Amino acid sequence: MNSPETPGSDSDRYWKQCLNVVYIILGIWAFISLGCGVLFREFLDKTMPNVGHAPFGFWMAQQGAIIGFLILLFVYMIAMNGIDRRHGFGKDDE
Amino acid sequence: MSQDLWNYLFIGATFGLYILIAFRTRAATTKEYYVASGGVSPFANGMATAADWMSAATFISMAGIVAASGYDASRFLMGWTGGFVLLTILIVPYLRKFNKFTVTDFLGDRFYSNFARFVGVVCAVFICMTYIMGQMRGVGLVFSNLFGVEIWLGVLVGAAIVFFYAGLGGMKGITYTQVAQYCVMVFAYTIPAVFISILLTENMVPQLGLIGNYTKDGAEASVPLLQKLNQLNTDLGFASYTDGSLTTLDMFCITAALMCGTAGLPHVIVRFFTVKSVKAVRKSACWTLLFIAVVYLTAPAIGAFSRTNLITEVNGVTYEEAPDWMKNWESRGLIAWADKNQDGKIQYSGKGPVFESGAGWSQRNGGAQPPKNLVFNKKPLYHGEHRLANGARELKNQLTANDNEFYYEKDILVMANPEMAGLPKWVVALVMAGCVAAALSTAAGLLLVLSTSISHDLLKKIVTPNMNDKQEVLSARVASFSFLAIAAYFGINPPSEFVAKTVAFAFGLAASSFFPTILMGIFSKRINREGAIAGMIAGIGLTLGYIIYFQFMVEHKDYLFGISPEGIGFVGMLVNFAVAAGVSMVTPPPPQEIVDMVESIRTPTNAGDATH
Repeated sequence: MNSPETPGSDSDRYWKQCLNVVYIILGIWAFISLGCGVLFREFLDKTMPNVGHAPFGFWMAQQGAIIGFLILLFVYMIAMNGIDRRHGFGKDDE
Repeated sequence: MSQDLWNYLFIGATFGLYILIAFRTRAATTKEYYVASGGVSPFANGMATAADWMSAATFISMAGIVAASGYDASRFLMGWTGGFVLLTILIVPYLRKFNKFTVTDFLGDRFYSNFARFVGVVCAVFICMTYIMGQMRGVGLVFSNLFGVEIWLGVLVGAAIVFFYAGLGGMKGITYTQVAQYCVMVFAYTIPAVFISILLTENMVPQLGLIGNYTKDGAEASVPLLQKLNQLNTDLGFASYTDGSLTTLDMFCITAALMCGTAGLPHVIVRFFTVKSVKAVRKSACWTLLFIAVVYLTAPAIGAFSRTNLITEVNGVTYEEAPDWMKNWESRGLIAWADKNQDGKIQYSGKGPVFESGAGWSQRNGGAQPPKNLVFNKKPLYHGEHRLANGARELKNQLTANDNEFYYEKDILVMANPEMAGLPKWVVALVMAGCVAAALSTAAGLLLVLSTSISHDLLKKIVTPNMNDKQEVLSARVASFSFLAIAAYFGINPPSEFVAKTVAFAFGLAASSFFPTILMGIFSKRINREGAIAGMIAGIGLTLGYIIYFQFMVEHKDYLFGISPEGIGFVGMLVNFAVAAGVSMVTPPPPQEIVDMVESIRTPTNAGDATH
């Protein structure tokens, strides 16, 4: 659908889509770790329901953020591979 | 079988395995030596990267730090895993596409400057050296604890093994030994955790045990584990386990600095140069974080369990009633008890350290010089093997006036875990083999970056460009032998009492130099040579200056805005960004071929094989 012969516009579009993925992932990344685990921890400890018997903010800082990172990386892989495919990149890799 | 025999068996068997793997995968060409020919599978690379990343400090100390500081230790948990998100989405896919051997190559080419390359070499060497010293020290400590040999002997044995498979095998040898080391580490770390979890919470998943009930006192008396722990901590005068004592700003800066530092560590980045394509990099990053998360999600559970065990089993009992593990580690000199109030019972308290360190003694005693017969030391010093009537080893240290009578080294908790849970002797041996695997795998990865920094970045690219392939591999081996010798020397004679201090250096430096500069090199076409160099110098200058000033020059802790030296790398990074952007604006833009190069690394096609 997008011909690689017109690199100017297509690679610009490609790069823009990649950046959008990066921004979204970075936003969630910062929110679950530095946000929930550090900045809003005391607020979350008080207002959110406990995870098991652990206060929410404490749990996010010790377990939840790490689990979130894992999900983020997985989503990133799927999203980027999808963008690559739509732009005709990386077909013959792997 | 005796414990010693099990230890020899496990350590000997794992060493034999590593050497066998290294021998079968030894490298002959620079491509094999630097990037294992770029043909490692994403899964294997994930394991190898996890082993490379998790150092002796992670394996031995992290759970101990969590146990001692509760919530505050989350900065390490989040920092050292969150960095992988940054690494994966901002750095490695693009550097893999760039397709060179080292991180410094990127700096030199992108900023068309051998000076930038040289700054990169200096930073890489400095980061890896500070890091590798800690690893050698770790191997030495495990050996001296295990076999009662002197630390220097342990360091030398460890160095010899690492040289054998990293120096000779290069990246190819390292990769497959690291896969084996990861397997050893992960079993050694999780098996004791599962048993302790069953013992304390009747839950065989430690992560669920952490948020579950403490059932050791019987089902009727079960209370939430964390509530029990908060109670234990506050009763003894410690901060509540689930609340921190660091300020939010400091906590934020430290966590961010550790994350950005992780994303800028050269020995982790180069591991992703060994896979086949950009697509494989993304997949491999998922595997890496999964393998790391297995250990990192277990660490908080181990921390909480061992803290609970420590307090419930030791506090308020006599020496005879104290558990065996306490006596074992006392005889190794890592636990001490001084019966200050002479009631025959061990009192553990958060009121302060047991021993007088000597700092500020004169002020408290009207400016008098301390008498010569007082022994000031933060760690216990014993009168040989002599024991007091109450059973404990006699101490030489001058004691403090507070109630705290119990000293333990934080690092012993992971090693003491199997004994605390009453597990069989072979589990203890497995944990020891895991400690050694953690130290060796990280040391090997660091050594590779150190040797390639010299042979490739310094000699081949700057000093003698017409060197051939064979000479380059040979110089890499010579360089790795020299660096190992230096690291072993400092492992035996550590320059600073606190290895942790030097870790702050490594992360601060990576966060303020490599990470922001690489990031701008990829995501901006406008950042030029002058901007990058000015930014790096400003960032590193601020970070190093701040760390050196507060760690080594002054005693007080009146930090700027309350940001401790651990977190200053984050500020250094912001300064780097600002200076680089500012200077680039007022100097000419980079040449067209650099702009084209940036354009090309942004698209994932034809990553191909790594080249010079």
